[in-house]
Amino acid sequence: MIFRHKNPLAPRSDEITPESVYLKRRELMMLGGLAGLFSALPAWAREVNPVDEDASRPLWLKDQVARAVTAGPDSEDVLTPYEDVTAYNNFYEFGTGKTDPAENAHTLKTDPWTVTVAGEVEKPGAYALEDLLKGLQLEERIYRLRCVEAWSMVIPWVGVPLASLLKKLQPTSKARYVSFTSLADPKQMPGVRSPFTGIDWPYREGLRLDEAMHPLTLMAVGLYGRTLPNQNGAPFRLVVPWKYGFKSIKSIVRIELTETMPETTWNMLAPDEYGFYANVNPAVDHPRWSQARERRLPNSFFDPNWMPTQPFNGYPEVASLYKGMDLSKFY
Amino acid sequence: MKTKQWTWMAWPLGAIPLVGVIYQAAAGLLGPDPAETLVELLGWWALVMLLASLTMRPAAQLLHTPGLVIWRRTFGLWAFAYASMHFLGWGTLLLGWDPDYLAEELTKRPYIVVGMLAWLSLWPLALTSTRKSRRRLGHKWVKLHRLVFLALVLGLLHQSWVQKSGYGETLIFVSVAVILLLYRLLHGRNMVNK
Repeated sequence: MIFRHKNPLAPRSDEITPESVYLKRRELMMLGGLAGLFSALPAWAREVNPVDEDASRPLWLKDQVARAVTAGPDSEDVLTPYEDVTAYNNFYEFGTGKTDPAENAHTLKTDPWTVTVAGEVEKPGAYALEDLLKGLQLEERIYRLRCVEAWSMVIPWVGVPLASLLKKLQPTSKARYVSFTSLADPKQMPGVRSPFTGIDWPYREGLRLDEAMHPLTLMAVGLYGRTLPNQNGAPFRLVVPWKYGFKSIKSIVRIELTETMPETTWNMLAPDEYGFYANVNPAVDHPRWSQARERRLPNSFFDPNWMPTQPFNGYPEVASLYKGMDLSKFY
Repeated sequence: MKTKQWTWMAWPLGAIPLVGVIYQAAAGLLGPDPAETLVELLGWWALVMLLASLTMRPAAQLLHTPGLVIWRRTFGLWAFAYASMHFLGWGTLLLGWDPDYLAEELTKRPYIVVGMLAWLSLWPLALTSTRKSRRRLGHKWVKLHRLVFLALVLGLLHQSWVQKSGYGETLIFVSVAVILLLYRLLHGRNMVNK
């Protein structure tokens, strides 16, 4: 989206923009003709994804990502570099280690991708991802991501508000919740094959309909101006910035509108540790650790970069969704 | 080959992971949360060394290589060394010995207390690991060194408690520990007398 190559079918594999350049992209574009500056950068200044999946993504998706407009709340946060966002992931379908997804997710086949829409909607069906996103304006949103494990990142996502997508699918008057399901293919996903995960696949998540309709809730297809890398939940994932990261389910193949609260994976696994709501809340500790602060990544040996965790991860505009609820009970 | 010629080799063997970890740290290969990753790795190796140490007596018997018994002490001391670095790394790199943070960790993370107890129970073993101590303590030495099983159980509890889910690694550690304990129960008398 920033420095496109002349032939969009053959972008160079070293096209990834360093964060510093990325942050100044608008100024650079205003100056015009300076796009060449990027290719003049020395090789060490560019961050290179070892498997450049973006290059092999379908043209329609790359085009739609490239046409994203800036939106969402202003962010003063320093972005977590692309190489960290794409190398340090929790995506248990590809292994429980933080580097497992980046190492193993190349086996994920993201095109063609079908999303089944079911339940209380006027327009159910099996949609090709392209049809699901057709006519929707993608937006770039810089969000903080707070993991329940007490670390956090700042990521520039590209996606569409879930509200826009739901408007297109037309929930019926009975719809109260949205449930999401990830792909669970043992052939493509070593973590699903593994007998030791302890997780009842497929991965499932859910939102109350009003949470799903909140303008902050995003369905992401890209980050850093590029299509999503496999390890980040390609090709289509949820991003709910005021909830712990595990709510933001990856590689979604099914969306169902339901009358009753759907089952969610971590809640099924340990209901006393992970609730359905999972709102970021420094006042409610995980039973085994404090949630009062977080390590903002990347950090270093000399500074773990602790900072206080904010209620709703610093998005107070969502507080009204939970008016009158005891958040220590509905954690 | 004479026993004496190779028994020293457990020392460099136990150092290999440490060299690897130091290299990874220096080369910036520990990712965006390097201190946390380093501390985790050191803890992991402490458990591996502890299990390695406990494997040496049965291994010596099964392989008819009595010299391996000497490795039990070496790996045991390495386990203590890795556990100590794990503890110091946690306190220094992650918490900076901040009293508030420490108080919070100790009260809100029960597995931290368990891990500390595991480490503390290794101290008397490390301090009495010399041949001189063994001679001086005699029969009491054998009794004292049964503390290693307490350290092992606490260490495994600590490790499994840290996990969010995914019990694969824990399962392997626990399986090895159970096999070692069963072997000891079945051949225990034999082992003490030797």
